[in-house]
Amino acid sequence: MGLNDILTLITALLIAWSCSLLGCFLVLRKVVMVGDAISHSVLPGIVIAYLISTKFDSIFILIGAAIFGVFTTFLIDFFHKKLKLQEDASIGITFTWLFAAGVILISLFGDGNADLDQECVLFGELGTSFLDKIIYHGRLFGTRSMLMILPVFIVVVLFVVFGFKGLQIISFHEEYAKSKGINVSFWYYTFMSLVSITTVMSFESVGAILVVGLLVIPPATAYLLVNKLPSMLFVSCIISTIACFVGYYLSIIFDVSLSSMIIVTAGSLFMLVLAYMKVRFQVQKTVKLK
Amino acid sequence: MMEAIIYFFTDPIAQKVIMGIAIIGAVSGVVGTFSFLRKKTLIADAISHSVLPGICLGFMFAGTKDPIVLLTGALVIGWISVWLIDYLSSTTKLSADTAIALVSTLFFAIGSVLLSVISKSQNAEQTGLKNFLFGKAATMTTFDIQVFTVVSIAIFVVVILFFKPFQLVCFNHEFAKSIGVKVKRMEFLLSTLTVMTVAIGIQAVGVVLMSALLIAPAASARYWTNRLPIMIFLAALFGTFSSVIGVMLSTMKNNMPTGPWIVFSLFTFTLFTLLFAPHKGWFSIKKRNLSNHKKITEENLLKTFYQLKEEGNTAVSFRDFLEKRAVDTHSLVRDVRRMVKHGFLVEKDKTFSLTESGNKEAARVLRSHRLWELYLTKRMNFKNDHIHGTAETIEHLITPEIEQLLLKELDFPTSDPHNKEIPY
Repeated sequence: MGLNDILTLITALLIAWSCSLLGCFLVLRKVVMVGDAISHSVLPGIVIAYLISTKFDSIFILIGAAIFGVFTTFLIDFFHKKLKLQEDASIGITFTWLFAAGVILISLFGDGNADLDQECVLFGELGTSFLDKIIYHGRLFGTRSMLMILPVFIVVVLFVVFGFKGLQIISFHEEYAKSKGINVSFWYYTFMSLVSITTVMSFESVGAILVVGLLVIPPATAYLLVNKLPSMLFVSCIISTIACFVGYYLSIIFDVSLSSMIIVTAGSLFMLVLAYMKVRFQVQKTVKLK
Repeated sequence: MMEAIIYFFTDPIAQKVIMGIAIIGAVSGVVGTFSFLRKKTLIADAISHSVLPGICLGFMFAGTKDPIVLLTGALVIGWISVWLIDYLSSTTKLSADTAIALVSTLFFAIGSVLLSVISKSQNAEQTGLKNFLFGKAATMTTFDIQVFTVVSIAIFVVVILFFKPFQLVCFNHEFAKSIGVKVKRMEFLLSTLTVMTVAIGIQAVGVVLMSALLIAPAASARYWTNRLPIMIFLAALFGTFSSVIGVMLSTMKNNMPTGPWIVFSLFTFTLFTLLFAPHKGWFSIKKRNLSNHKKITEENLLKTFYQLKEEGNTAVSFRDFLEKRAVDTHSLVRDVRRMVKHGFLVEKDKTFSLTESGNKEAARVLRSHRLWELYLTKRMNFKNDHIHGTAETIEHLITPEIEQLLLKELDFPTSDPHNKEIPY
């Protein structure tokens, strides 16, 4: 295992862990589609920021994406509440339009930019992220994608550890939390902002669609296996770790896109767990009958 | 510009593309209407992401972009995705939105793995396969369009044959079940139609954005009509119209994907509809609210003048009025001036009194008010001190027909519960 392999794997793991932790709360609160919508709609913000600063500069991209993230929630609310369009259609129309706008911007102005093409928007460039190393005073600090996601990962971990009580209570007992005087909307919007920051910072590596896979598949698998929130967070991270390692080796063996292979591995793990749970359920049922 | 448009409609290749995209737009409008009414548009989104591996497998199997094989592949995988979403959300503790997101991203990832496998192969035809991501209308061949036409006709026939049960399933699920409609079977049929529509649409629109073509035309059509057949027709029309415009926009620059432009024109059109549609559009609602508000203010104004007249005051100054009814002085002056202009009030030495038409209108409002109060006490057994509030609201809504019914029901009374005369 060479240096490049290690760097790529670390990047993949940091992204996968951030997503798996946050995804648990998305799954429990049943707001996965909102995460999906956000990850699509920030594209025009990213593209505009990129076109202005001509490289993937984290600050510009965060600002651009933040503006469009807010704009998305505003637009969905405007359609749903002011124009009386049913909610699923409001979400569906808003995020497809913003995503389309992003792709149009790329195809109009993105000529000759190797970093910005229509496919990288979908699948990301995790497999080649090791090419962009950050070397300072002759010492290697990591790859740019890695340094982009590292602060996000630290914030996510701190948020989950220190905000655990709040997150737990808004995931399970929203009404109870309200009655206890807990500021539910503060927790919800802080959490959602963190989800959008994570999708934006991992965008370059895994693309707009596959990041949703990392947000939903490991937590869903863990949710099938365990009942307690701390164990769900833990199992979710284990699943995504396995998915990253196995996916990485499979992508090398078959020479295919790395980020997609990680999702496919996670999906296969999900299917295995699902089958296991179903079989165990059947066995328990027959044992009980006897 | 004009030349470009003329060229677009006379050039045989462009004509072919327009023909194909018009069919796709129409069929998406029709099928999307049912998804929209069942509030299942996010499943349509999942289906469109999920058919990617179907297209890839079809291509690997046939080795060419034979539309029939690709369609079959998309159909089979689309079906599996619908089944899996249904299975996961009904037999595990995962919620529907988790199941949708999980299946669509997983299938999309499988599709992209297959795409990278195919792109390693030496097959010369594989380059065009990536067009299925964002769509490329120009790659449609004559044979593709023939196949699409056949599939579209089949979809239209199914919709016409099963129109009644589909309608029932969309609007009243429980009722449909109770009168013996096979709801499960109808839902399966509708999902199949959605999968087929996605399968023929993705070449021009792409798997990523195909769901917009299913949702947006139906959403727009909903704002123009309340009747399902008309809604379907309009959705088909809007779908066709926006797709053709989208394709024309995408030819502005070489080598641009068509999907995003179609979505862009769809969205612009939908936004326009949502804002400007008659009756249900944002502006009509605003306008209606304003005119209702104005009507209520005017009626209240005249009513107060009438009440003051009953008390013996026939030359009302602004001060008299404000003592009777507390309103904003500035708007009172403006409203009174307007009523003078409309001939409901006359001004004399800074006092105002009702004209004949003003008197008649005020009597009508007060009549409604007092009749309603009487009705509440006599028929609904309300207490005397509980009736004024609702009567204040309902007096503006009672039509002459309802008034006649009330009069008949109460046998043409002469005084209200507070022993005030009911004016005729």
